[in-house]
Amino acid sequence: MSKESTEPQEGWVFEIPPRLRFLDEEGALVGGAEPPMSDAKAVELYGHMVRARIFDDRLLKLQRQGRIGTFAPSFGQEACQVGSMAALGPQDWFVPAFREAAAALYRGAPMKSILMYAMGFEEGSATPPGARDLPVSIPVGGQAAHAVGLAWAMKRKKDKGIAIVFFGDGASSEGIVYESMNFAGVLRTPVVFFCQNNQWAISTPRRIQTASETIAQKAVAAGIRGIQVDGNDLFAVYAATKEAAEIGRSSGMSTLIEGITFRRGVHTTADDPSVYRTKAEEDAWVKRDPVDRMRKYLTARGVWSDKEQDALESRINAEIQQAVAEAEAFRDSDPDPLAMFDHTVAEMDPYLARQKEEARAALSGRAVLQGATAQKKQGGSSSVVGELQEAE
Amino acid sequence: MSGERITMVQAINRALDEEMTRDPSVMLLGEDVGVDGGVFRVTQGLLAKYGNDRVIDTPLAESAIAGVAVGLAIGGMRPVCEIQFSGFMNYAFEQIQPHSSRFRQRTCGSLTVPMVVRAPSGGGIRALEHHSESEEVMYVHTPGLITLMPSGPRTAYGLMKAALRAKDTVIFFEPKYVYRAIKEEVPVNGDPLPIGKAEIAQAGTDVTIVTWGAMVKRSKEAVKGLPVSVEIVDLLSLNPMDHDAIVASVRKTGRLVVVHEAPRTGGLAGEIYARVCEDAFYHLRAPMMRVCGWDTPFPLLAREAAYLPDTNRIAAAVTKVMRD
Ligand SMILES: Cc1ncc(C[n+]2csc(CCOP(=O)(O)OP(=O)(O)O)c2C)c(N)n1
Ligand SMILES: [Mg+2]
Repeated sequence: MSKESTEPQEGWVFEIPPRLRFLDEEGALVGGAEPPMSDAKAVELYGHMVRARIFDDRLLKLQRQGRIGTFAPSFGQEACQVGSMAALGPQDWFVPAFREAAAALYRGAPMKSILMYAMGFEEGSATPPGARDLPVSIPVGGQAAHAVGLAWAMKRKKDKGIAIVFFGDGASSEGIVYESMNFAGVLRTPVVFFCQNNQWAISTPRRIQTASETIAQKAVAAGIRGIQVDGNDLFAVYAATKEAAEIGRSSGMSTLIEGITFRRGVHTTADDPSVYRTKAEEDAWVKRDPVDRMRKYLTARGVWSDKEQDALESRINAEIQQAVAEAEAFRDSDPDPLAMFDHTVAEMDPYLARQKEEARAALSGRAVLQGATAQKKQGGSSSVVGELQEAE
Repeated sequence: MSGERITMVQAINRALDEEMTRDPSVMLLGEDVGVDGGVFRVTQGLLAKYGNDRVIDTPLAESAIAGVAVGLAIGGMRPVCEIQFSGFMNYAFEQIQPHSSRFRQRTCGSLTVPMVVRAPSGGGIRALEHHSESEEVMYVHTPGLITLMPSGPRTAYGLMKAALRAKDTVIFFEPKYVYRAIKEEVPVNGDPLPIGKAEIAQAGTDVTIVTWGAMVKRSKEAVKGLPVSVEIVDLLSLNPMDHDAIVASVRKTGRLVVVHEAPRTGGLAGEIYARVCEDAFYHLRAPMMRVCGWDTPFPLLAREAAYLPDTNRIAAAVTKVMRD
């Protein structure tokens, strides 16, 4: 990854360099690699990964208790998300798919908002003024184009920001993802296309998602840079994203980063991975876990102890407890069940306004807000299969 | 009759299974339809039984799933595409609207596209964003397609059998709210239901409710106990639509309520009103009413009960057309 080899040039044929890695599975620097950040920074980012993981775990419990709806855990993908976002700044646009809670938290998204969205309240997707964050995108792939548009708008405004978009190995098969990379190549709109290759798209393994040897090499056809990184190595993700961002800022060149990682948990809380993958595969990735790896590194450097870990965890637990209380207080504050009318279009036409009044009359004081407030059904009669919780 | 009461999920599975045995050209393709048996388990067991030449876990790309199916169908296969949720069918629409719906007409009937596109549709199960929409009108408004929506296990079985024998592309919406909420006796090796025929789900004399999908069950619940004789027409086939059944029922009752989950403006209720105006106008004894989703995007789960037609709204509409 020397600087010259990544400088965009006319007629350049891109090659995919060997997979970038700084830390081995034991958290040791490989082959004389220099850490790309100070110990203090590494400790800080490690803290963000732990925070995301504990939060994720708490969401899982809340979902099982019927206190939030279905969600997609980021368990196992914390290095991809924290490492990349840490290499960018608030001037850059963050365009997530639907599994990026760790990235969103690093970015500053309030836990309360993530909880409110999972409880089924649009209020959780409200973007704080000035934040360059899009809400989650559940329709797979489409958000890649938005990132190109955002980068283009910044280019037009002579704004030095770039855009980062997240998507999965599955999403890499959607035409729109290639179309977006191709646009970025032609328009020279600086985007970091971050593919979290977590080996699975629900039950579909990477092997049958594409016959292409790597996902990174799909960049070649689009005329943008492509690189594979060990996605469970915080340093590799950080370094690759930082370089991609610098090249993007200075030249408009986009980069596709394929982070090799693993979805350690369920696809969503309605999925049962035992149907399609083995325990042995899951176990093999336990050893490569990104959070454990960083902890080993920091411990070996003498900058992290069990005592500090305990203190960190109790701080995070207190923060989560507070956020859950706030989100549930919002839920219990009698939010307007008809708020969806207010933000459909800028100016509500009279017929839509009339519908809202009809809706109000039809509710006539009945409590209809549900989902987040509904208690889990008694007797375990609700079956959870596939992607969703079934009716009745 | 098998005697055993099964769910809609099982009924569709049975219809697919029997048709795959009967017709070796039938293939199932889609995201997670094989090993996983579909996220709702509709295709469970079919990979093991028919092998991965006929049950294919595809890459994640709805446009290509529908597009290759067009080619497969023209090439003599009978593909059944599963789109995981109807909210994600829009990438496939680009293949369905300009391509599959038009081959017959463009080639004067020499090339046809007998394929089925299945998709779970509708709300009511506290799902994620984009997993609850009702988009049937986009397909009904596309000439050249057959668009079906069963209301329970028996109709799902019969209509799926019909879809797999149809001569044109069939869009088959499965109301996921009733995937497991209703159990019925369903035949083994039974007959297809006719396409283009509604069923009278409940006979009555005072008011006609025209509805389909999950709203059939809800409408039955809504009118239970009302001091009114309500006839419920379960449309089943949205295009072709059983015009005669609608008109005959309204001529009899003189009152119409249409119930659908999709947004009101541009929804099928408007089409049904128009047909009634054309052919039963002088039989109407009260202004028609429609109970629909509101003209807003489908909300997240906390507010979906405020969005969807519920038994209160349906009962109120029936009561109002009786008063008017
Ligand atoms: C257009 C579209 N098709 C299908 C789905 C259903 N779906 C949700 S996530 C998913 C798999 C995504 O896999 P991948 O892109 O690898 O992301 P991951 O879930 O592994 O993070 C599918 C098929 C969807 N949300 N949008
Ligand atoms: Mg994946």
